[in-house]
Order: sequence, then structure tokens, then C-alpha cells
Amino acid sequence: MEKKSAKANPAETVSLRAADTVRPATAGPAQVIRESSALSKLSFLVFGLGNLVNKQIIRGLLFLAIEVGYIAYMVSFGVAALGDFATLGLQEQAEVFNEAKGIFEYVPGDNSMLCMLYGVITIVLTGIVLAVAYMSMKSAYCTQKRKERGMPLPTFRDDLHSLLEENIHGMLMAFPMFGIIAFTVIPLIFMILIAFTNYDRNHQPPGNLFDWVGLSNFAQLFTSGSRLATTFWPVLGWTLIWAVAATASNFILGMLLALLINRKGTYGKGFWRFLFVLSIAVPQFVSLLSMRTIFNANGPVNIILRTIGVIGATESIPFFTNELTAKLTIIGINIWIGVPYTMLSTTGILQNIPTELYEAARIDGAKPPTIFRKITLPYMMFVMTPTLITSFTGNINNFNVIYLLTGGGPDSLDYYFAGKTDLLITWLYRLTITQKDYNIGSVIGIMTFIVLAITSLLTFHQTGAYKDEGAFQ
Amino acid sequence: MKLRKNLANIASHALLAVLGLIWVSPIFYVMLTSLRAEGGSYKSYIWPKGFTMDNYVNLFNTSNSIIDFKRWFLNTLVIAIFSTVISAFFVVCVAYCMSRLRFRMRKPFLNFAMILGMFPGFMSMVAVYYILKGLGFLETGVLKQVALVLVYSGGAGLGFYIAKGFLDTIPKAIDEAAYMDGATKWQTLIHITLPLSKPIITYTLLTAFMGPWVDYIFAKVIMGNDAQYYTIAIGLWTMLEQEYVEYYYTQFYAGCVMISIPIAILFLFTQKYYVEGVSGAVKG
Repeated sequence: MEKKSAKANPAETVSLRAADTVRPATAGPAQVIRESSALSKLSFLVFGLGNLVNKQIIRGLLFLAIEVGYIAYMVSFGVAALGDFATLGLQEQAEVFNEAKGIFEYVPGDNSMLCMLYGVITIVLTGIVLAVAYMSMKSAYCTQKRKERGMPLPTFRDDLHSLLEENIHGMLMAFPMFGIIAFTVIPLIFMILIAFTNYDRNHQPPGNLFDWVGLSNFAQLFTSGSRLATTFWPVLGWTLIWAVAATASNFILGMLLALLINRKGTYGKGFWRFLFVLSIAVPQFVSLLSMRTIFNANGPVNIILRTIGVIGATESIPFFTNELTAKLTIIGINIWIGVPYTMLSTTGILQNIPTELYEAARIDGAKPPTIFRKITLPYMMFVMTPTLITSFTGNINNFNVIYLLTGGGPDSLDYYFAGKTDLLITWLYRLTITQKDYNIGSVIGIMTFIVLAITSLLTFHQTGAYKDEGAFQ
Repeated sequence: MKLRKNLANIASHALLAVLGLIWVSPIFYVMLTSLRAEGGSYKSYIWPKGFTMDNYVNLFNTSNSIIDFKRWFLNTLVIAIFSTVISAFFVVCVAYCMSRLRFRMRKPFLNFAMILGMFPGFMSMVAVYYILKGLGFLETGVLKQVALVLVYSGGAGLGFYIAKGFLDTIPKAIDEAAYMDGATKWQTLIHITLPLSKPIITYTLLTAFMGPWVDYIFAKVIMGNDAQYYTIAIGLWTMLEQEYVEYYYTQFYAGCVMISIPIAILFLFTQKYYVEGVSGAVKG
């Protein structure tokens, strides 16, 4: 797994190998399972057993406490939650006649959405507890190995100290990981599962139940001729065109601008840079909202065009209301917003390129174009590729630009609640927030993910920054 | 040869001037309109007939149940400060682990983070909304603000790529020298790596701080119609809505200028760090 980085540094390889024979902590799962004694294996079921037996009391008790807590949770709540998760609730909200009061009363039924949410949380918790079970077994295994070799057993104080040394990643990653699981992983699993249900505007909890429907939402998307399919493919096409156009235009124009400003003959470099940086300093939604009014049918751009006589006094160019012009306007405005960013970062990179490289090339008789192609560009690509990929994925999911400029419009009757400039992400917004078709929205989200995964995973693995992180270390 | 060089110089300066004009004029227009004396929205001319500061004065004096700029500003500031601290902490922790340490779960985590990053961030919003609602966070306005801080900073640990890229360029030999002298990894982090990472920490703080000022979608979903607790972004958006635009159009621009100025100063001040942060610490 770590072979590549190890190869780059032979000294590290040696020390790692030496550690393998001395420190059981680096053993892989297969080795742990193979070499564990019965007591260590039992620690998988009774957390902390191996530690407790060997008088590592606090460590053992901590493990045990986790297990006790989990069992208490499962008995009081978890098992029932898993049952509800499978059915997504059976009891629909109903009107029941109350004899005593003489009126109809609503009896609350099951809430399918909460059933699903609690189910997901229980499953994730179970996954975490399984990981803890493995940690408990490994901890027992380490103790067992150390005893076999006659090494001193670490006290709780040693354990705490290791958090500042070899286990520092455990301490540093704990809080971020908690945040990621709670605010990204669990919600994401939940939303992915929604794609396999009929949670649409006709099945809104708590009034109605929704249920598992398998792959039928996806089937609908791939049935040619269905309204969903005739919307999805054009929207996907525009999303890709937009992402490529936005990323490429920003990168190329930004780089050219940086080169232009950094030319030897340019006076007042700082001043030019300042002019362009000014637009970054303005918060993005402010510039977007202002641009929306500036390109409005009665906005200043149309007024200037009327004044200089390009268009008639009452005419206006439909910057946002015609499909083609809207698309071009959006890409243009995005250039205005994005190019200064690229200009700034490429300027920094240009200044960072070691001058020895240039001198050496010049001595070898290389001409400027060759120098650019062989030194400047490769160096820039090395540093910029991750940024490029992030900006490509960022553009596919660029909600703000589209939503604040056109809101997806001009709307189209051929589409299923989408407009001509809607990206997948803004369509997703409409489907969920406005239309409450959560299942379709979730399917669109999954399709977006697949598009991103295919395009960027492939490119990312080709980049120098991924293959050889240490190239400049 | 000399002539050609001069021509090229003139051409490039002319080009820069034209581009500079394109880039500056929208900003200029915003300022101009914020000072316009005539109310109403779109006019058939660009240069205002009269100038006034009233738009700014009114902006700060209006505090009805819908439009309350002062409150929005404070709301956003508080949310931004809290979420900046939390998310910068998360980002630095994760970036340090991914860049300087080597442990078993590192590569799996990198791939895992990349896969997660490919889902539209907004997709999980609906679920986050219900989780927060289930936990009782959406009962009162203040709790909604806490919820918004959590939403902005909770998953921040995944945004470590740029910071990691920066840390990757700090020579490993520096760390090794510290270990050699008997420093623990913790001491190396505190006394060696962090001081060297000032540019990227500033950059991280800055981007995290800007987040709440520019986010529209999350704030809108969490806050709903609770206009009192709006952040600047949804507040200003409200001013452009059909029923308010005629009255608040010029005030909207005044509001834009008012929030751009502090952020612009902050940004220009830390621009140096931004450039260093994005372009790496390679000491050539």
C-alpha cells in the first residue's frame, strides 16, 4: 500500500521492516487473526478482555464500556429501529372516531423517513462498534505478543503518551472524522437509499408512508421517451459542456493573463494585478447578483448597447431568457469571476519556478517556446492539476453561478421541472426543495456522482501529484 | 527588433487596459448605483441624476421584520467566526495527517474522501435538515444558527486537499532533523510544521471565513422564512425579490458595497498568504 513512498526513501523502508519484527502494532488484519491466542480472539466478543486479564485495567474498561453502551442502545432502541428500517413503517396516519369526544381524531402513524434515518444511524453505529471489536482484538494480540517476547506491557500513561507520538493520527483525526461521519456519511447513505424508495410528492411523511421500490426509479430514467429521460440527457450534456468550458476557459485565460502581466516589458505589474484581484475581493454572490441586474433586459449593458445604437431604443438582448445567449452569458460571467483566481495562483507558481532551470535551459540553447513547453508548463501542471480537478468537479456542482444568475431558466415545457441552463445540481435543488420529489432528486444525485467518478478518478490517477506526492519534498 | 519590442509592449499594455476596464466597470457600476438619489429599480440611463448617501443611512436604519441589514451582518459575522475556527482546526489536523504521517488507513481515507467529495454537497442537505430537526436544532432561531455553524464546519475535514498540497512541499528533512533531536511528533507539529505553514493556515482561515458570507443554499434551507436570523447572502437576495425590488434596489447595492469593503480589505491584506498558500512552499 505504501510501497511507492517507501521506495522514494530507502531509509524509511529499512526502519519499517525492522519495526515489523519488533512492534506487533503494525501487524495487518490477516496476521492478527492468524496469530491470536484464544484469549485474544475472545476479546473480539468481550471487548477489552485481553487487556483486563493482563492488568491493563483502564484500557480494558474503556473497551468494555463501549460494548456495554452499544448493547444497551441495541436493546432499548436499535433492534426495533432495524425492524422499522426493513419495513419503513406499516401504520399509516389515520382518522379515528373518538366516541367520548364525538369527533374524528388523527392517530399518528409511523414516519417512514424517521424509520429510515434511525435505521441508517444504527447501521453506521454497528459498523463503528465492529471496528472497535477488531481494535480490542488487536490490542489483546499486541499484549499477548509483548508477553511472549518478554517485553514490558504499556501502562495507560504510555498509551496516552503514544497519542503524541506513533498514534498521533488517531488523536488528530478523531474530531474531524466524527464531523465527517455525522454531517457527510450518514446523510449521504440516507439520501442514496432514498433513490430506492417512492418518496415523492405523493408519499410525504408523516401523512403518508413511503416504501422500498427497488430499481424502478432508475428504470424510469433509462426508459427512452419517458419525460425524465428526455430531461436527464440534455441536462447532463449541458452540465458537461459547462464544466469543461468553465474550467478550461478559466485556466487558459488566467494563465495567459498571468504571463501577460509577468512579461518583462510590462510596467506597473502590481497595479494590473490589483485591478483584477479587486473582483475576487468582492464576495461571489454579490458579484453574481449584481451581474444578474447588469445583464437584465433593462440593465446597464442593454442601455449602453441602445445608446451606441447596436440595438434599437426599445430592443434588448435576451441575455438570460434565450437558451443560447443565456449559456454564453453564463460562461462569460464565469470567466469574469474565475480568471483572477487562476491569474493569482499561476503568478505565484511562475515566481516559484527555480531560476536554475531556466538558466540551464538557456545555456543549452533552448528558445522561449521550448522553455515554456518543457519547464513552465510541466511545473505548472504538477502544482495545478489537483486544483484543476477540484475546479472541474466544483463546476459540475456549481450551484451558485447558475442559481443566482438564471435560476436555471429559461424554463422549458419539454423538461421535467428543469430549465435550459439547469445543471444536474440545480435540477436536483428544484426536484427536492421545490417539487418534493426526493426519490428522483436522489437518483439525479447518484448519476452526478457517477459522472464525476468516471471523469475525475481516471484523470486524477494519471497526475504526477497523485503518483508521486513526494516529488518536491 | 527594437521597434517590434516596442509594438509588443504597447499592444500588451493596451490589452491589459481594456481587460482591466472590463474587470473594474461592474464594480464601479455597483458603487455608482449605491449612491443614486433616484429610487426605483432599472433606469434608462447609467449615470445617476443625483447623488446621495441616504441609501447607506436607510440601510442601517431599516429594521422591520423582513429587512434588517444590521442584524444580518451580525448574524453572519458570528456564524463565520465560529465555523472558521472549527473548520480550520479540522482541515489542518487532517491535512497534517495526510501529508506528514504514514499510517495504515491513510490511502483508504484519501480515496474515501475523494469519493465523498464527488457527491453533490447539497444532496445530503435534506438528510442533514431532518437530522438537525430530529435533534431539536430547528426549534428556535439561535439553535438554527448553531445548526448552520455545524453544517458549515462539520464536514470541513474533507476539504484538506489544498492544505495537504502545501504541506507536501515542506521538505521532509526538516521533520527528520527534529525527530533526530528527540522531538515527539506532537512537538514537531507544534514547533516546526505549524510555524512553517502560516500561509496555508491563513488561506484556510480566509476561505472558511468567506464561506458563510457567500453561501446561499444551506442558509436558506436551514433558516427557512426566519428573516430575523438570515445571513447576509439570503438577506440581500430577499431585497431583489419581486415585491421588494422597486423599493430596495439602490439599498441592495449599498448593502453589497458595505459587505464587500471589509471582506476586500481582509482579502487584499492576506493576498500574499493566498498566493503562497495556493502555490506551495517550494523554496527554489
